Amino acid sequence: MNQSTCQEISDKSLPTEPLWRIRLRLMWRGLGRNWAFFVENRIGLVGLGIILFFFLLMIAHPILMSTVWDPVVYDPVIGYDEITIDVTVVDGQITDSLQEINIDVAKIDYDPAAQVGDVLTILAQPAPPSRAHLLGTDPLGRDVLSQLMYSTASEFTLGIMAALVTVFIATTIGAVSAYYGGLIDTFFMRLADLIIILPFLPILIVLGALFDLELIHLALLIGVLGGFGGTTLIIKAQALTVKVKPFIEAARIAGGSDWHVIFTHLVPNLMPLAFLYMMFTVTGAIFSEAVLSFFGLLDINMSWGIMIQLAQNQGYLLSGTRYWWLLMPSGLAICLLCTAFYLVGRALDEVVNPRLRQR
Amino acid sequence: MTGFILRRTAQIVLTLVVFQTLLFFLLQAQPGGIQYQFIGNPDIPPEAQQLIIERLGLDQPLEKQYLNYLKNFLTGNLGFSFVHYPRPVMDIIAERAPRTILLFLTATVVSFYTGFFLGRILAWQRGGLVEYGVTLGGSFLYTVFTPWFGLVMIWIFAFKLDWLPVGKFLNPLKWQDAPVRANVVFGHMLLTALVLSLLLFILYLVTHKIGQWKDPIRRVGITGFLLVTVGVWAASGLGGYALDIAGHLVLPTLTITLTAFASTMLLTRNSMLETLREDYILTARAKGLSERVVRDRHAARNALLPVVTSLVLNLAAVISGGIITETIFSWPGMGLTLLQAAQQKDIPLAMGALTFVGVLALIAHLVVDVLYAFLDPRIRYH
Repeated sequence: MNQSTCQEISDKSLPTEPLWRIRLRLMWRGLGRNWAFFVENRIGLVGLGIILFFFLLMIAHPILMSTVWDPVVYDPVIGYDEITIDVTVVDGQITDSLQEINIDVAKIDYDPAAQVGDVLTILAQPAPPSRAHLLGTDPLGRDVLSQLMYSTASEFTLGIMAALVTVFIATTIGAVSAYYGGLIDTFFMRLADLIIILPFLPILIVLGALFDLELIHLALLIGVLGGFGGTTLIIKAQALTVKVKPFIEAARIAGGSDWHVIFTHLVPNLMPLAFLYMMFTVTGAIFSEAVLSFFGLLDINMSWGIMIQLAQNQGYLLSGTRYWWLLMPSGLAICLLCTAFYLVGRALDEVVNPRLRQR
Repeated sequence: MTGFILRRTAQIVLTLVVFQTLLFFLLQAQPGGIQYQFIGNPDIPPEAQQLIIERLGLDQPLEKQYLNYLKNFLTGNLGFSFVHYPRPVMDIIAERAPRTILLFLTATVVSFYTGFFLGRILAWQRGGLVEYGVTLGGSFLYTVFTPWFGLVMIWIFAFKLDWLPVGKFLNPLKWQDAPVRANVVFGHMLLTALVLSLLLFILYLVTHKIGQWKDPIRRVGITGFLLVTVGVWAASGLGGYALDIAGHLVLPTLTITLTAFASTMLLTRNSMLETLREDYILTARAKGLSERVVRDRHAARNALLPVVTSLVLNLAAVISGGIITETIFSWPGMGLTLLQAAQQKDIPLAMGALTFVGVLALIAHLVVDVLYAFLDPRIRYH
């Protein structure tokens, strides 16, 4: 058999496409199949829709700031809009705070010589929603919608960074402990046990007291605590089931080094699960940020938690629905975004874990 | 079983030492070191600074300081609070810990049962509107911003409807001429809860093997225990005060329960769905057992195991939620103490509170572990 026929045979048996294209196609097909599973569960789609909505808000903010919104008025941190209203001074209980003002309040806050029946021009902050401020202004005269949209970016950054750190650490450690076992395994698993048992929030609160925590530090902290904690345990359990599969044996027999086997054969099979836990980490990170800034333990200038903290500091919390625009937008935004990532995570759970699919 | 408990206890003690070690290095790692907390004020003259450092042993080598720290921790000496000086931290913890423990125990038990009960039903309602509704609602409550949710709860139940007290753990007007301090009543309430749950546990153990008469006997027993408890409290003359505290306990417990039950519920659902595929469920159905019996006796019993494991994760969540809830409801327990100490930079008290939280979490973990070994005999022989 000469050289050319040999070439011919191998040409016929081997696909003509380059390898990367085949891999891409397989991946695409896998994605399509998983997407079908994902779509089957409407809960995941709801979550995805909410995330998309907030993503659009995030993108829209800088565009609005540079076109329609005047930075002097609409800046989320230092903006100020002087809105004034005319109110009549009355004695006793007021029925409408936009038109009447109690005489005692008027004397203390505005004009000591105020009389019943006078018309005063006062600052209207926090102003209710109007055409200029779709969600009203906060007690310092800043636009609530602008704050809400501006904070979205930092929430996404925080959540995704914490999630990436968590997943990176958890996957590496999970895979390595499962692959090697022994002392490394014992050490990391006991560490994870310790971190799981201890409540997250008190530790972050004390850390907030000891150090000046900024958003990036918080993201790293949550990422590291999450990565060495519960997520590792779950990923390691998965890695153990992958480790005994024949293709790992095959890779080792073919002469793959330990690192090669871990990172090209073990880790890719842990990725779906890791992705799922990313979603839950995002929820946890956004929640922790909101709680810490609500308690004033974070060194950042604007976030959803700060918006609620301001409303609390200024005493608007128990006003019920009257000052709804101070509490509801930020409170709901936190709930919605956390819920959204959680729902996507749950839907992914059903994709990753075949036992949970519909009968 | 005894060996298992001993082994677990030893592990927990070891974990506690590791935790304390981490705290120690955390203190050392803060900007300026630990001495900054004591001599950070520039108004303190240098000689006085030197004196403070010497007196606190901060000039000694690190390993000696560390051993001192551990020794102090083991002998219950957690230093003095900055804000409440000269009260020792341990004193403050002893005063406030029962309030947190009561809230924590009630919330854990109630949220676990609610979650397990609802999850069991949820698994049976696959694909229906109920499933979507409860899952969405549960996820929302699970991820809801707890401070905000607590305030909404106060606004609805204490302000608008005026059913429950707004905050604090007792009504001062009622306690003006109380014969004992509130903490005594608190201690007795905790003791009652403990004795009652122990009695119920024994009742379940004793009636475990009885066949047909099991349910009526249990019902009579539970009613009897509850009646005796109510009777004893009424006779002691402190019943009214206990009722006042219990009334203040309702809203915080409700808030923690609502934010914490969802994870148990969703996990029970998943666990039930996995159990339902087992052959013995098919057997049970083939035998013609009613759906309720299959669900409660055959599926739920086995689905309970992974849920109990997750209780460990939930414990930490309940403690975290408890801190927020205590703050929102001005419940003067350890959570509020921890937060206030952190905000006022009262580092010894904050560290003491964190130690308490850690010890509470570890002990709760131990209890759950033992419970788990009790439920699942396979664990004991590992």
